Amino acid sequence: MKIQGQGALVTGASRGLGRALAELLAVKGARVALVAREAGPLAEAVAEIRRHGGDAHAIIGDVASKQAIHRIAGQAQGAIGEIGIAIHNASTLGPTPLRLVLDTECEDLEAVLATNLVGPFRLTKVLAGAMAIRGAGVIVHISSDAAVEPYPRWGAYGASKAAQDHLSAVLAAELDGTGVRVLAVDPGEMDTAMHAAAIPDADRDALQRPAAVAARIVQMIEDERRAPSGHRLVAPRWELR
Amino acid sequence: MAGLTARHGDGPGPQVRWPDEPVIGDAVVGQRGSDSAHPPGAPALGAAEVARHAVRLVVVDPAGERPRLERFAALPQLLRAGDVVVVNDAATLPGSLPGRTAGGQVFELRLAGPVEAGRLLGVLFGEGDHRTRTEHRARPPRLTAGDQVTVAGMTATVASAAGRRVELVVHGSGDALWHALYAAGAPVQYAHRSEPLALWSVQTAYAGRPWAAEMPSAGRPLTWEVLLGLGRAGIAIASLTHAAGLSSTGDDDLDRALPWPERYEIPRRTIAAIAAARARGGRVIAIGTTVVRALEAAAHDGHDGQGQGGTIRAGSGVATLRLDGRYRPRVVAGLVSGLHVPGESHFELLAAFAPPDQLRRAVALAAAHGLSSHELGDACLILPPQLPRE
Repeated sequence: MKIQGQGALVTGASRGLGRALAELLAVKGARVALVAREAGPLAEAVAEIRRHGGDAHAIIGDVASKQAIHRIAGQAQGAIGEIGIAIHNASTLGPTPLRLVLDTECEDLEAVLATNLVGPFRLTKVLAGAMAIRGAGVIVHISSDAAVEPYPRWGAYGASKAAQDHLSAVLAAELDGTGVRVLAVDPGEMDTAMHAAAIPDADRDALQRPAAVAARIVQMIEDERRAPSGHRLVAPRWELR
Repeated sequence: MAGLTARHGDGPGPQVRWPDEPVIGDAVVGQRGSDSAHPPGAPALGAAEVARHAVRLVVVDPAGERPRLERFAALPQLLRAGDVVVVNDAATLPGSLPGRTAGGQVFELRLAGPVEAGRLLGVLFGEGDHRTRTEHRARPPRLTAGDQVTVAGMTATVASAAGRRVELVVHGSGDALWHALYAAGAPVQYAHRSEPLALWSVQTAYAGRPWAAEMPSAGRPLTWEVLLGLGRAGIAIASLTHAAGLSSTGDDDLDRALPWPERYEIPRRTIAAIAAARARGGRVIAIGTTVVRALEAAAHDGHDGQGQGGTIRAGSGVATLRLDGRYRPRVVAGLVSGLHVPGESHFELLAAFAPPDQLRRAVALAAAHGLSSHELGDACLILPPQLPRE
């Protein structure tokens, strides 16, 4: 898919990978709706894109809330028109330091699922139909290696990402032939606030920069042949061309 | 064709303007009338909300076969391979907005069309809520051009006012306006519902840009199960965006002039899908009267400007077309619609597609089986066996 001229929605776009994705999509000529919970960092991200001549719009909202979903989708399509690219990047670890499964409060698991699984489901439910009826669109679910590897203390987050990976694959199967491509992408370990919260003593120099990962993900969106619908791709192993 | 004009072009979006004055006494009918009182002597349809997976369908053959009852989910089997189904992908706006005059009088502004460049075009309602029938609501405050008001928490200036019809210009950026609309607004509510309707309840499965003042409700039962089933049956699906306006204002004079001019946009791929269907002998099936209105208005503005041959082209325009039994469709062969009883304005427009006696038989069948009318009810399919005339 050509990025130029597309409407793109990115959740969790005020910092980290989401912000880097929004910036790169704008540089490539997309009209971008940035979704995040906190007004301050979001306004800063939008202002930065606009300073560089990009078309960016701020939407304050929490994807974990059912009532917020039509507001997010409606404000986004009011501001940028038809949406051809949706990136489910907003994500929560739950309380940190991370806890063993048996020490995880029921409500904390539910909250992690609400943001990382139910939110993307609801937003896709509201956005993907218009893509399918037009015969074109790309939906990206940001995953994690915790969806595949059973790391102790990553139970809530890992379960939510594993479920999201599966949702992504089933969506791809159901939308086969409609022109809508659905991907799950493991970005690999990045130098972000979320990584610091989970692993405070990590060697930051060994971590990927969010902008470098965003470049790979945007190329996946562009390259249908190398990133076919239904696949789960690992960004650090993606050959950048 | 009298009463049918459309402007067309690929330039900046055309501006929708109010008609000069409501036309009274002409054969002018409202198209999505649902709030009107039940006409005396008509068979009674139910008012229960029907889940979108459970909608039933009265199939009407204008050529004379008796109407029959089907499940809406059987639509792929009721159409033919080669047909093309056209939907309206406009999402429903939170078009009911709270407002207040500088003097402190409260009002409700109901948007009548899409929001562009800070312009809010709509109809004023007085104090009260949807549980009061619209025709029984208090009179709204009288606004005049230049007045400052608050709407959805934003300051706005009255750009023009003609009775209850107003155009407001909001001060503030586009993003702030969209935020305010979704924070303060709610979808237009219906008197037959006790519980407030949320935006979740008034969107089709393929809704995109928020252009519709009320839900293009004929598409509500089109689940993805049905849509993908149509594709498997060799039936093409295409979309357009039509800014469905208000179904009712609670004012007879205003209602007689409904629908007002409505903006539409038809993409190239839809024009191609229709041309391909016609080339293989397929029929164009419109999901809802808004789709009929867009396609027929576009056909009238065909490439030679005379509307000959039903040629339609891609682009945007403003439809002022009004449908009734005298109208002969140029593009649309069949139609899915909600159920409406004789006497309702919507019933009259269905007469463009089937003789009134056939429609009356369909309503009798629907009433006998307890089908529901209104936006969240059951449906009918008018499906002529032959191609539309060239």
